[in-house]
Amino acid sequence: MNKDLKTESQAWENAIIARLKKNPERKPGFNNTSGIEIKRLYTPLDTEQTNYLEDLEFPGQYPFTRGIQPTMYRGQIWSMRQYAGFGTAQESNRRFKYLLEQGQTGLSVAFDLPTQIGLDSDHELSEGEVGKVGVAIDSLEDMEILLEGIALDRVSTSMTINAPAAILLAMYVAVAEKQGVPLGKLSGTVQNDILKEYVARGTYIFPPTPSLRLTVDVMEYCSSNIPKWNFISVGGYHIREAGSTAAQEIAFAFSNAITYVEKAIEAGLDVDSFAPRISWIFNTYNDFFEEIAKYRAARRLWARIMKNRFGAKNHKSCMLRMHIQDGGSTMTAQQPINNIIRSSVHCLASVLGGTQSLAICSYDEACAIPTEESARTSLRIQQIIAHETGVADTVDPLAGSYYIESLTNSLEKKIEEYIEEVDLQGGAVKAIENGYIQRQINQSSYRYQEEIENEERILVGVNKYQIEEEPLSEIYRVDPAMRQLQVARLESLRQRRDSIRANEALQRLESAAKGNEKLMPRILEAVKAYATLGEICDSLRSVFGSYKASKDF
Amino acid sequence: MEGKKRIRVLVAKPGLDGHDRGAKLLAYKLRNAGMEVIYTGLRQSPRQIAEVALQEDVDVVALSCLSGAHDYLFPRTVSLMREMGLEDIPVIGGGIIPQQDILKLKQAGVKEIFTPGASMKDIVSYITGLAAQQPVAK
Repeated sequence: MNKDLKTESQAWENAIIARLKKNPERKPGFNNTSGIEIKRLYTPLDTEQTNYLEDLEFPGQYPFTRGIQPTMYRGQIWSMRQYAGFGTAQESNRRFKYLLEQGQTGLSVAFDLPTQIGLDSDHELSEGEVGKVGVAIDSLEDMEILLEGIALDRVSTSMTINAPAAILLAMYVAVAEKQGVPLGKLSGTVQNDILKEYVARGTYIFPPTPSLRLTVDVMEYCSSNIPKWNFISVGGYHIREAGSTAAQEIAFAFSNAITYVEKAIEAGLDVDSFAPRISWIFNTYNDFFEEIAKYRAARRLWARIMKNRFGAKNHKSCMLRMHIQDGGSTMTAQQPINNIIRSSVHCLASVLGGTQSLAICSYDEACAIPTEESARTSLRIQQIIAHETGVADTVDPLAGSYYIESLTNSLEKKIEEYIEEVDLQGGAVKAIENGYIQRQINQSSYRYQEEIENEERILVGVNKYQIEEEPLSEIYRVDPAMRQLQVARLESLRQRRDSIRANEALQRLESAAKGNEKLMPRILEAVKAYATLGEICDSLRSVFGSYKASKDF
Repeated sequence: MEGKKRIRVLVAKPGLDGHDRGAKLLAYKLRNAGMEVIYTGLRQSPRQIAEVALQEDVDVVALSCLSGAHDYLFPRTVSLMREMGLEDIPVIGGGIIPQQDILKLKQAGVKEIFTPGASMKDIVSYITGLAAQQPVAK
């Protein structure tokens, strides 16, 4: 039968090509961001190589192409987890409670830049940044305020924190202990993915080697103390935001993750003891089918990497569990209401891609941080897709589409090629140090921009269909008095706390850092003594040094 | 003036923001347009930026900030440059900047603000224009 199909298919193509002169297509060729050529039509010929039981299987079964749970959203709708946090701990606490009242099912904490870079709010470089892109946390006291009235055994909390992940996690643990919640009942995530900070997100503190030591310490601590905690959320998200293609997003995140797994194994951990708790954060961009296929390809490839490269035996070690946020950089400042439509399409692609958890950008993303209204609208997009469209009623509904399966195969291949290249360079750390990954991302970013400038890529309201418009009337503003408030509380804390206890804890941490002791217990001790985040990071900086990035572009 | 002097531009990332896609893109575009570009990399204080502007004898300073800290960092950079006698060097800015802030930034001495979606061609030609207005003999 396939022989006939081949002949028929060729005949059909030939007939089209003959008519192209008279009836040309919109452009000479069609490609997605990953550089994969999109064919005019896909037929069973394009999926001939796909073996259902080997390449797709049933959901909940290796290699999980169709999803990691057997019933997916029929069992439970994905977790709706809008990213929030700004200003003081009190203000963020109010927004969290608001979002929980509106039906949000988990918390996702955004920290301000001084917190992410390990500087106290009164540091010179913190000026202008306190409370801007997230909440300012200087000490355990701020974390206590942030989580006040939120039962930590009832919510799962995701914290976007990397370089100082160990410290913020220690603060969370200390609050849980004060609430009387056993650590076994805590669930949540720390991002703790330092390698992508060097190539994309920029909130590094220490050089890669000591940073990886902290990463592995957190992995170990969580594995033995907080079994339900995701101690790492490996990010493709930020790599994509920095300008990579879809295939590069997955590939470079995988290369980073391969390094974490190798380091944990080197530290003596058994792969199946920690791999099930690796989680991921990815980015849904505009190309609908490319994104869906990307997630399916990523699940299959990660499963194969864990099994074949690391010898994982536990199926859970092979499951790629993901959180998705749609691309902040796809949101336009022009005609911002249009972003609600973009986000709805992103939301749909993420769900058809089989995500576990989702955050949708607010339509004012390109203008300011979200207002209560814009944040609520994002949550409503998710709720509408979940409850009104029927897409959650069957598992992996696009499987078997000639196009989707073919694209899933091509993306998997493309991702593998990049991973091989990073391996050839000597692994992720080497490929970061020699600038390979940064160059790849920059080149893709420049190319994407060229396409916009040349109008090969149309962005509605940006390079086509522009209008004269008024600025958004309502935008959220962080109270300018915020920094003084935060600094005043910090100063008062330094007066009130037992300084001898804090200093001793800091000294013990410093000497632990000089040797090869586990750092997590020392960090917990310092946090509980109300040593500040800046002080704790300074102790570590004095031993580890600070990372200096290249200025290439 | 003998021959045509190449325009020198300082592209800078003030504050702690790590979003450098736009800054790098602009630096790349300016270089392709034949300018000499100095890119500071991340995490520069306004003082460091003013000092580099002085040392490198640049014609234009372009600041990029997406963290919302532009309200402090841009005016601070301009005022430090004035203190150093660099008031003739025009400063422009870009990033996630609400329309409502643009007037205030201009009043503080920032020449122009570009927001997401701004065309790179426009920014490059704006910078070319600014540099052309610069006094020839310094």
